[in-house]
Amino acid sequence: MKLPTHAWPQTYGDRAQPRRGFFTDTSICIGCKACEVACKEWNQVPMSIQGFTGHSYDNTRALGADTWRHVAFIEQKVAADARDGDDLVTVAKRNGALDAGLHTYQEGDGVRFLMASDVCKHCTDAACLEVCPTGALFRTEFGTVVVQEDVCNGCGYCVPACPFGVIDQRQDDGRVWKCTLCYDRLKDDQEPACAQACPTNSIQFGELSDLRARAEQRVEALQAAGQDKAQLYLHGDDDGISGAGAFFLLLDDPEVYGLPPDPVDPVRDLGSTWRAAGAAALALGAGLAAAVFGARR
Amino acid sequence: MTEPRSYYGQPVLKQPVWSWEIPIYFFTGGLGGASAGLAYLSELRGDDQLARRAWAAALAGLSVSPALLISDLGRPARFLNMLRMFKITSPMSVGSWILMVSGTTTAVAAAHSWLKLFPRLSTLARPAAALFGLPLSTYTAALIANTSVPAWHDARQLLPFVFGSGAGLSAGAACVLITPPEHATPARRLAIGAAVAELVLTEAMERRLGRQGRPYRQGAAARYGHVTRACLTAGAALLVTRGGRSRAAAAVAGTALLAGAASARWSVFKAGTESAADPEYVLGEQRERTGLIGAPGAPVPGRLVSERSPPAAPTRCRRPLRCRAAPSARASTGHLPSGR
Repeated sequence: MKLPTHAWPQTYGDRAQPRRGFFTDTSICIGCKACEVACKEWNQVPMSIQGFTGHSYDNTRALGADTWRHVAFIEQKVAADARDGDDLVTVAKRNGALDAGLHTYQEGDGVRFLMASDVCKHCTDAACLEVCPTGALFRTEFGTVVVQEDVCNGCGYCVPACPFGVIDQRQDDGRVWKCTLCYDRLKDDQEPACAQACPTNSIQFGELSDLRARAEQRVEALQAAGQDKAQLYLHGDDDGISGAGAFFLLLDDPEVYGLPPDPVDPVRDLGSTWRAAGAAALALGAGLAAAVFGARR
Repeated sequence: MTEPRSYYGQPVLKQPVWSWEIPIYFFTGGLGGASAGLAYLSELRGDDQLARRAWAAALAGLSVSPALLISDLGRPARFLNMLRMFKITSPMSVGSWILMVSGTTTAVAAAHSWLKLFPRLSTLARPAAALFGLPLSTYTAALIANTSVPAWHDARQLLPFVFGSGAGLSAGAACVLITPPEHATPARRLAIGAAVAELVLTEAMERRLGRQGRPYRQGAAARYGHVTRACLTAGAALLVTRGGRSRAAAAVAGTALLAGAASARWSVFKAGTESAADPEYVLGEQRERTGLIGAPGAPVPGRLVSERSPPAAPTRCRRPLRCRAAPSARASTGHLPSGR
């Protein structure tokens, strides 16, 4: 099986399952938020009222302790006389809009809606899991990353460690929470709640190798149909997190969706960090010795 | 032509959830750890007056530290879970063990120094306390550098040295404060030397960070930085000129240096929070790495509708003080990180 992690599948022996994951095809997301609702219902996630954000139809803002699926809404202007192959800046230049400083809709302009359901990436090199001092975060037999709520003591280390800003502390509870890829349902051969609720199959659940093959076909079809910027995100083993259990098909660059374009597991640099800390400790010792033994009475 | 793009200016990373206890612990842990080293070396040199006071300073620092850490936990009752395992990939796990060994050995050493208790146990405990005090002073830098926060992660080479000099500074200053000047010569030298090192290393670190060093130079972090520079300069100058003669001058200088050391930890802490809050610090670096900016033939982004007007202020937020409109902070310098 591709993409072994530090603890999987070796430590599970015969009980190791094929690695499971999500392929979220945002090109067919309709922004219904059924995934958000199903996730909350099944996992009994508390409400997360953010008020009216004004961010298009998104009033959930971002993933967090109480939001394990988050549907992003991006409105992009499509100029009225865009021709095949033109990018928006070319169109704007032709219209003199850039020089005139015009940023308004012109008659006939269209709006392109991008919608995407974001989720924990269940990284192969998962920073949250690696920095967790209690072992509350662990790798399941499905290759996913899950918090054990009866072990987490709320130290908060995983929160700034995650390069995606997924995991967060629940304020009144003190512990950290995130998507479990419905570990309980997986154990009963059920698919995760969000995938089951998704009416368009934008969220696809399955064995990671199958999902990857399916995603490659889909992005090729989209590109052939003229979606030049259609791209797979976190699809492959050679990125900064050695691949993800949840990956995405996007219609624009990742940062448009609030996703980091080149996430890197910070723990990859820990070796040099430890060396620096060790050298600094030795330097401190040398400084102390110099102060004590170098001083004239 | 490119434009800064993000999702409604929202942070990519989650900001650290640590509260005031953690930067204070960076200070007290360093104070305790380096004081133990100073105490043991002074003992070896036969300087008992200084050694006893340094052991007291070490014990003070290392008694407060676990209390601060436990108080910051989301579930304080589960603090013992920190010792469920030893995990080299988690500086917090390694540090918990270092702090436990440091704390207990320092307690034994201080009890021996002041009360003549544990004569046999302390022969082992005293060098152990001194030894473990050194990594205790620098692992905290490794801890915060081992996150995705650019202002911390990109500083991973120099931050441990900044924290190490801050620890030496704290130990020297505390001992200057509580020791009669005629016995405090080593502590004075330590405090002055470490104050200079702290100032120089901090400046070097911020410069080396380039654009990612900006959070250190603005907002709350910069204010703490100013306090640090003022306290360290004034304290060290006073210590050089009058610290050897006047007890009062030494006390004032020691207090100023301690305040400066604590303020320096706050500055680093605040810079990290700021660095995580602004998506441009994360995105700008990654865009350059992936060639999305400046590369010939790179895709030209379209204009976001949301960018036509100033972003609406967030109406409500779980952590109101931490939610702010992102400043348009993006330099066009070709700073490229040195790879993974």
